[in-house]
Amino acid sequence: HTAGCFITDNVGQFFSSGHTNNWAVLVCTSRFWFNYRHVANTLSVYRSVKRLGIPDSHIVLMLADDMACNHRNPKPATVFSHKNMELNVYGDDVEVDYRGYEVTVENFLRVLTGRLPPSTPRSKRLLSDDRSNILIYLTGHGGNGFLKFQDSEEISNVELADAFEQMWQKRRYNELLFIIDTCQGASMYERFYSPNLMALASSQVGEDSLSHQPDVGIGVHLMDRYTFYLLEFLEDIHPASKTCMNDLFKVCPKSQCVSTPGHRTDLFLRDPGSVLVTDFFGSVRKVEITMDSINLTSVVSHRKEEPAANGELQKEVYSYSDQLPVSEIIHQKPKQRDWHPPDGFILGLWTLILLVFFQTYGIKHLKHIF
Amino acid sequence: MATTEVERRRGQLAALSIAAVVIIVGVPLWWRTTETYRAWLPVSQIKEFATLQLLLSVDVEVVFSRGTVSPEQQKKVPMTQTQDEEHRVDENTALKYRYEIRYRTATIMEEDALKQPTASDADLSLHALSENPCGSLVVYVIPESSSLLSEDVDVYIGQKRTAILRLGAQMRVGRTLEQLLAHLEPRIKKILHMMSFSHTDITAALSDRVRLAPGNRENIVDSMRAFKSSPGYEITFSLLNPDPKSHRLHWDIESAVETYVQPLLTKLAPIANFSIDSQTLYYAMLGVNPRFDISRSSYTLNAESLAHVINPVEARLGSNAASSNPVLNFLLYVPDALHSPLHILDRKKQAVHSNAFHSPRWGGIMVYNVNDVYGPEAVLPVDININMAKVMGVFLAQLRLLLGVQSSSPPPGFVVASCSSTGLADWELDRLMWSRSVENVATATTTITSLAQLLDQIGNIVINDNIAEQVSSAVTSLQLAVAELEAGNLGFALQYSKEAILASERAFFDPSLLHLLYFPDDQKFAIYIPLFLPMCVPILLSLIKIASDARQKRREKQAKKD
Repeated sequence: HTAGCFITDNVGQFFSSGHTNNWAVLVCTSRFWFNYRHVANTLSVYRSVKRLGIPDSHIVLMLADDMACNHRNPKPATVFSHKNMELNVYGDDVEVDYRGYEVTVENFLRVLTGRLPPSTPRSKRLLSDDRSNILIYLTGHGGNGFLKFQDSEEISNVELADAFEQMWQKRRYNELLFIIDTCQGASMYERFYSPNLMALASSQVGEDSLSHQPDVGIGVHLMDRYTFYLLEFLEDIHPASKTCMNDLFKVCPKSQCVSTPGHRTDLFLRDPGSVLVTDFFGSVRKVEITMDSINLTSVVSHRKEEPAANGELQKEVYSYSDQLPVSEIIHQKPKQRDWHPPDGFILGLWTLILLVFFQTYGIKHLKHIF
Repeated sequence: MATTEVERRRGQLAALSIAAVVIIVGVPLWWRTTETYRAWLPVSQIKEFATLQLLLSVDVEVVFSRGTVSPEQQKKVPMTQTQDEEHRVDENTALKYRYEIRYRTATIMEEDALKQPTASDADLSLHALSENPCGSLVVYVIPESSSLLSEDVDVYIGQKRTAILRLGAQMRVGRTLEQLLAHLEPRIKKILHMMSFSHTDITAALSDRVRLAPGNRENIVDSMRAFKSSPGYEITFSLLNPDPKSHRLHWDIESAVETYVQPLLTKLAPIANFSIDSQTLYYAMLGVNPRFDISRSSYTLNAESLAHVINPVEARLGSNAASSNPVLNFLLYVPDALHSPLHILDRKKQAVHSNAFHSPRWGGIMVYNVNDVYGPEAVLPVDININMAKVMGVFLAQLRLLLGVQSSSPPPGFVVASCSSTGLADWELDRLMWSRSVENVATATTTITSLAQLLDQIGNIVINDNIAEQVSSAVTSLQLAVAELEAGNLGFALQYSKEAILASERAFFDPSLLHLLYFPDDQKFAIYIPLFLPMCVPILLSLIKIASDARQKRREKQAKKD
């Protein structure tokens, strides 16, 4: 529904948003089977974003654990979001860019700021420019001011705000929408200070985000409440829809979510009532008609095939260049490792043994050793 | 008693020496071993770039042909004028444009060239006479009576760096040289704005430094459409054949690229490197269903549905995984036999002549109808050779737009020569070079200043030697680029600005600069206190004890004295 929105016509739309491409960074930060719902959250947002038009080359998907092929999954190769296995969000064409132990705070910050080693392939980079609208979705376990990655490290809200500031300095985004579905999620956007950021969280500081419903067949909770109702909201959006952000803010009120979702728009320059949901979730391209063309008159010069000496046509011979020096790898000798002085542990252990020995037997036995 | 005294002395000496070792040797050792390596950065020079003052200087030659100046004025004519224009963009950025205008009379060979029947012939012969360095302009002034230009045309802008300007009618009788120059000045200014740069172009190029309030619509569209400056671009030509059962398409893309596209890209070599590849996609449909229009007896796609065409196709297009350069996609779509012919309608419901559309910062799509090549009785699949000249004509026009060659309509009374065989006029290349140089300088200065700010703020980031080297080389290249812009050497300025950008980006995006590696102060205390406090407490207590004993002894001595 388009109530409360303010778009005049398509031509006006061209100039109102100011972006030419869309990117999405979707991160699930928790591992282990009982955190199935976080992977399902991320995959359902991934699914909606792909359906609304953002191609895989513009999505950076980071999943910290593999639920679809987990050996505790009674239905392998599926990740369900609705009980009774109604909707498989894993699908046939999921492209996970960072998987398993590659999902770390360091890699996440590297993707955002662009400080990746030169050997990183294109699919693992966020190649946005100053006209890109970026959607960032984080889910997992969080607390007041931090988000837990992989059960062993955390990202704090200060680090996140600094990363966004680095992105702004290098003009790596036009507008950025930040959605977080964790406990006390609102604390993560408290410290933002860069312009053109809009943030949504599933719960306020001091509140827990709750999960939606378990499935008896799979044995775990399938989705979190906020993302469940977000997915339902997004299923009604199609690429040409004119629904705006004010409706997105109303998703999952306290009666459905138990926690109070929050949002922050003070850093955003445009009025949220004029921002379309598809500005971030979809990829509506601006299009211009090509009015003129160049008159080319020169004739195409075809490459002549000269007959070889024996009269037959000479064909170009293509050869396959050696990609990996396989013979070198197979016949490699093991590398000589540098000698290091014995470790502290070994030294301490021997000192202990010697001390005990001399304690018991006295120092006059030294001459028996040396 | 003496032994306890000796013991006490020994104890005091021991405590004092331990304290001395800790303070004199330990503390500096701890400081040196825990400090991070920070190579020296030219911070003062970087601070200078925070306020940018750019001076762009253009060399203009105004040549008076016979009949425009009287013989007495001819003697006074060889002279030079310098005009300055100052603009302040915001509190950190100021621009100054310097136009060095040299006036002279035409040589005999130039007079002969100007006697040619048409303006384009005159243009060609004038080129044959001299080669103008990039960034400069020559304006030939012809008398009002000349028939070189047609009636309503005052200015003819040639393919290289020349323009032909006709004097207005009011300048016929009894005017002084000053009046003549005053009459010419606004026209020459307009020519300069078209052929070199205008203030709006330069401020648009500064968009990295200066966040401007949106001006008029055309400026926004232009800045959104063109790709930002990058050291290289990838161009991909794709042929989409949704119906291989009916059409067997042949396109000689290699020769077409060599003949039509490569000359343009070679001309653009100072600006960026280009790599080209091509592919053919079968069974690739458009995402929208075209509607059959009875009045035109063809299928039509209207302008609103064009936006949804690109996304489903984009998922199937590959890209070169090895580079991070921006990709320009040019798609040639041959509609399937059931939906032929397919025409694109603009917003006024008129068929578009080129049958193509483009998307800002992405590429272009052209629809190529083949239904007139074969009749209904042809044996399927039909072999079809695609007319690459027509296709490349459209793609080159789209390529020009996407790279930032402006296509704004010329002011009234101006006629622009049609594009040369390469597809790009020399002055268009100059315009691109001006805006690219300014854009590169602006981006490099913001990158360097924000990097310096970041490294300053977080005191614990390790600054390796290679980063310091890149930063120094970026600063040097920036200084050289600004100096060359002042001197008017556009080619060198662009080259130095490209080096500056490469070095500054390499320094900024170095993987070692992740600010994860800094520890807030409270964490530092938490680490050091359990290590140092147990060690320092006995030392401090023994020092205090020594001090209090010494004080007591002094008091006793005082009491004894009294």
